[in-house]
Amino acid sequence: MIEILSSGALNSVQDRGRRGLLSSGVSRSGAMDLPALAAANALIGNDRDAAAIEVAAFPFRLRFDADTTVAVTGAAAEARLAGRRLPPWWAIEARAGDELTIDPPTVGARVYVAVGGGVDMPLLLGARATDLKSGYGGHEGRGLRRGDRLPLGRRPSGKLPNGGIGAPPPPGRDDADRPLRVLPAAEWSDFSGEVRQLFATVDWRVTAEADRQGCRLDGPDLVRERRRELLSHGIVPGTVQVPPSGRPIVQLAEANTCGGYPKIATVIDADLWRLGQAVPGDAVRFAVVSRDDGLAALRAAADWLAGLRRAAALYRVS
Amino acid sequence: MTDDFIISDAGTGALLLDVAAGAFDEGRQARLLALADSLAGTVGIDDVVPGMNNLMVAFDPLAVDVDEMERRLADGWRSAAAVGRPGRQHEIAVVYGGPDLGDVAAAVGLSIDEVVERHAGAVYRVAAIGAMPGFPYLSGLDPALSMPRRAVPRQGVPKGAVIVGGGQAGIMPITAPSGWHSLGHTDFDLFDPDRDAPATLAPGDVVRFIIAGVER
Repeated sequence: MIEILSSGALNSVQDRGRRGLLSSGVSRSGAMDLPALAAANALIGNDRDAAAIEVAAFPFRLRFDADTTVAVTGAAAEARLAGRRLPPWWAIEARAGDELTIDPPTVGARVYVAVGGGVDMPLLLGARATDLKSGYGGHEGRGLRRGDRLPLGRRPSGKLPNGGIGAPPPPGRDDADRPLRVLPAAEWSDFSGEVRQLFATVDWRVTAEADRQGCRLDGPDLVRERRRELLSHGIVPGTVQVPPSGRPIVQLAEANTCGGYPKIATVIDADLWRLGQAVPGDAVRFAVVSRDDGLAALRAAADWLAGLRRAAALYRVS
Repeated sequence: MTDDFIISDAGTGALLLDVAAGAFDEGRQARLLALADSLAGTVGIDDVVPGMNNLMVAFDPLAVDVDEMERRLADGWRSAAAVGRPGRQHEIAVVYGGPDLGDVAAAVGLSIDEVVERHAGAVYRVAAIGAMPGFPYLSGLDPALSMPRRAVPRQGVPKGAVIVGGGQAGIMPITAPSGWHSLGHTDFDLFDPDRDAPATLAPGDVVRFIIAGVER
């Protein structure tokens, strides 16, 4: 068990999210920064479907009831285990009674805390992720509160060396200025060349309307040249919609499964985590890439993760 | 002959097949649902999502070749027949009333009784499920009841609200924002996350509304 000592309603149990139920109106949900979740699980030898805690409200504090392994990844934030400061993207053995404290991030929005065996919630619709919007999954379908006690799964065998192990930054993680790569979407050609150019060159500003459902951006109005009524259609996280206001909204983990707004582009899966780590006031830019570029980026991320998993396994001693 | 469809990228892991030709078309929808059935269960495909005269397919792009998937969608659409899903029949009891009912009647130039009779007199087909958990997009609304959605969605439209928006009808599965207009209320349960198939209705199902009362 772990006990939550200090939390906010935005902190929730998350895993890789739900698949196969978009056609029932069930959002993907899951971690907003999937590579950070995957790295945390990889560092401690967890199954890739293991659930962790997504921390978006700080300071966050929990206590371990039993000896286990813990990994902390994601946003740059000071984390301390039993008073000892942890390096970034770090995994370490925790003793029964130890407290883990995470301070507000200096860069980024969300920190991931994975524990050996994962947070053991019953599977709901194939996943343990909390859908905060719809109020199901995770721990009672809600954010974590002080006093919540979360059961843990069976921890993988072996222990980490004294002092723990860390992960190098994933691809692109250290370059905050890199644009979000997008593929043109269905209504791309409804916008004039000039507007498309504007979309892909200006600095967009993340507004306060940014949550697990989506992120509204501030900047110039994107006026659609060709106005036509769209029928409702399936959408995925990453979809950049342009509502009549002309200010784009990027759909994220808890996006509605269908929408009706024109779609100018879609953020490639490999870059979606950047919006999961964006805070109001951040500047973002878009860059249009090809299908092959999008695929190559995804492959690089998968290779990096596989490498991390192999390396972390070498450090585990029984 | 020019193709009567467009396939576009929805990011690295999804494609959208759009076969809309203006207003919603039942025949095209039946062909799309047949195509959706033929794609379901394909290795590498995560989601097959029917929309209104469109179909989104989401897949693992490291396991499925995108170009191949695009060809499959194009060929699948060209050869899809409007076989029609058998579809289950549902009768849904509605207590008509609430603050929007009179406004809708005034806006479309009918009496409240006429609005209720026309809404309950139609036979609806579930075109798609989506947006919210278990939300049904119903086709078959009497065109006389068609009215534009609100420019600004209203917060907290209650679970069970029986709603119309544009040329479509629906029922709120959860309390959520909506730009549609409410004509009444039902206790019919549209979604249960504890079921393997959480949505009660499915595309192709037939829905009839029964007048359980009219509150003025």
